[in-house]
Amino acid sequence: MHHTSTGERILRGVLISLALIFFLFPIFWILLMSFQTNAQILRIPPSIVFTPTLDNYVSLITGELKTASGVLKLAFMQNLLNSLILSVASVALSLVLAVPAAYAFARYKFRFSEDIAFTLLSFKFAPPLLVLLPLTIYFQQIGLANTYVGLIWVYQLITLPLILWIVRGYFEDISPDIEHAYRIAGHSWLRSFLKISVPLAMPGIAAAALLSFIFAWNNFVFALVLASADKQPVTVGALAFVTASGIQYGQIAAAVVISIAPTLALALFAQRYLVEGLSLGAVKG
Amino acid sequence: MTASVVLDSVNKIYGARNPRPIYAVRDFSIEIAPGEIVALLGSSGCGKTSTLRMIAGFEEVTKGEIRIGDRRIDALAPAQRRVAMAFEGYSLYPPLTLRENIAFALKAEKLDNAETARRVEEIARLLELGPYLDRYPSTVSAGQQQRASLGRALVRKAELYLLDEPMGQLEPQLRAVLRGRLKRYLREHGLTAILVTHDQTEANALADRIAVMEGGVLQQFASPAELKRAPANLFVGTFIGEPPMNVYRVKPTVADGRLSLSAAGAELFGYAPGTVSDAVLDRVRGREEVIVGVRPADVRVGASGAPAEVVSNQWIGDQTHLESTFPGGVIVATIQDRFRAKAGERIHVDVPADRLHVFSSEGSALSHGRELAAPRPAERVAA
Repeated sequence: MHHTSTGERILRGVLISLALIFFLFPIFWILLMSFQTNAQILRIPPSIVFTPTLDNYVSLITGELKTASGVLKLAFMQNLLNSLILSVASVALSLVLAVPAAYAFARYKFRFSEDIAFTLLSFKFAPPLLVLLPLTIYFQQIGLANTYVGLIWVYQLITLPLILWIVRGYFEDISPDIEHAYRIAGHSWLRSFLKISVPLAMPGIAAAALLSFIFAWNNFVFALVLASADKQPVTVGALAFVTASGIQYGQIAAAVVISIAPTLALALFAQRYLVEGLSLGAVKG
Repeated sequence: MTASVVLDSVNKIYGARNPRPIYAVRDFSIEIAPGEIVALLGSSGCGKTSTLRMIAGFEEVTKGEIRIGDRRIDALAPAQRRVAMAFEGYSLYPPLTLRENIAFALKAEKLDNAETARRVEEIARLLELGPYLDRYPSTVSAGQQQRASLGRALVRKAELYLLDEPMGQLEPQLRAVLRGRLKRYLREHGLTAILVTHDQTEANALADRIAVMEGGVLQQFASPAELKRAPANLFVGTFIGEPPMNVYRVKPTVADGRLSLSAAGAELFGYAPGTVSDAVLDRVRGREEVIVGVRPADVRVGASGAPAEVVSNQWIGDQTHLESTFPGGVIVATIQDRFRAKAGERIHVDVPADRLHVFSSEGSALSHGRELAAPRPAERVAA
């Protein structure tokens, strides 16, 4: 067993607390802001003592923002739904494509396999703006601009290489003989892939899916250029809070809180698989 | 259920289209009778595991044919070959207990639960796995994992059992016990098995015949006793036997029926007229050089023979290992009794004609033991 002295334990506790405060304080502050009016937010000095209001959330949900210059229409709920559709569909499509591909790259050394895998990864190196302009033109010509299909297709640039490379590593860590043992006992290659390899790589697949979901959810540039109002995700939709009569900090904070929620829920859900994967012990033979 | 196995000129070539292809296995041919246990023996990289994996279907056969019974299997998927295999790295499924792992192998047979449980219990008893059956692979020792992996192969009903280093991780005491049990189990059920090992004790104990491999080439395929008595070449001669055979490059001289084997002008071994057969004399006469091999147990230490000086003397509990220098270099002798001689002491070493192995200077066998002495027909000599 590993023993630690009391001093060491206190020091560790203090350091962890500092790190947590540093990282969580902005989120905490945003949470507070989301229950404040714009006036309360902007007063100097700021105070954590205030009368909470649900107005920000109400205006997001009803889609009506009352400002000094009148009532503004907000598409926040539609944006949230768009974000969900785009992220979930992109990750799902990527999983279907990238998990078998990752397996192939892990198991079979075919001609140019390394080059192909690297090319797929290199899509992540290029700045999105590089491809955006030609993409916009092409998408408009073939009618994919401002469609879910088109956006999900472009989102593959974000999600597919990530899943491919993470999951490939997990497959490489599984001894091929574990599959061989199953196949020689009378099962096909496909069954061994589905019944043995994929379940054993599940922690990696869960981690990759979670990460790529977060990246897809946070994407801004692709959606900004390729989607118009009714297909915009929250990242782009949040621009609407910068209104003619000022920036609506309260609504922005509430929007941030709401849009963090799905990612947070997914992380908590995936955590089970991540931890389970760790507790299964070494998969290597 | 059990069947014969034929490997007919099987080749495994990596990069066959490259300018310099690598031959992992070259023209490997053996025939295995139903119910026979065969060991593929060799050092690592000799091609024995590649051969086993070709039979299992995890390596493609570049050229040649593999048949089980009258079925040609080298193009079939592993699932259709009706073979069972125990893997060297155990390869148990981490999320399943040992019991589930063994039972998992029976899934494709679609047995009812009672029959599955009965078969798993039987194998667990054989391999002394009872207390660990409900534990997970990561929580048991390497030896226990290895036994579970062996159990997963044996529990199935297959026509051929492939065992890749099945005992490598076992504790020495258990290894001897399980070797006996495994052999009895295979025999009782009349199972055909191919075992890959680098441990000659294991090969000798388990196998009816041993295929000695080196550099992807089959060196000799024979019973353990035959391998020891008449190694086909110098490689087999020195590979089989512990401690290894003493080997000397010597110049043979035949004069008036007397055979003298000398190195650097000094006679190592001399044989009086009549003690060496004419056939053998004919075979060595005129050669500039031959290689003689002497097993340590066949060296006579006494008053006659070449002069030698003791370098070290070890009593290892049931025999003496005596290392000496003599005109040929170093000679190791094993003596069944306790032999009292200190380092530096002068002795004489000799080898009876019927214990000498003679190889050509390229290493192929010319004559073995008794053939050298007794007037036996020359055709008996292994190629």
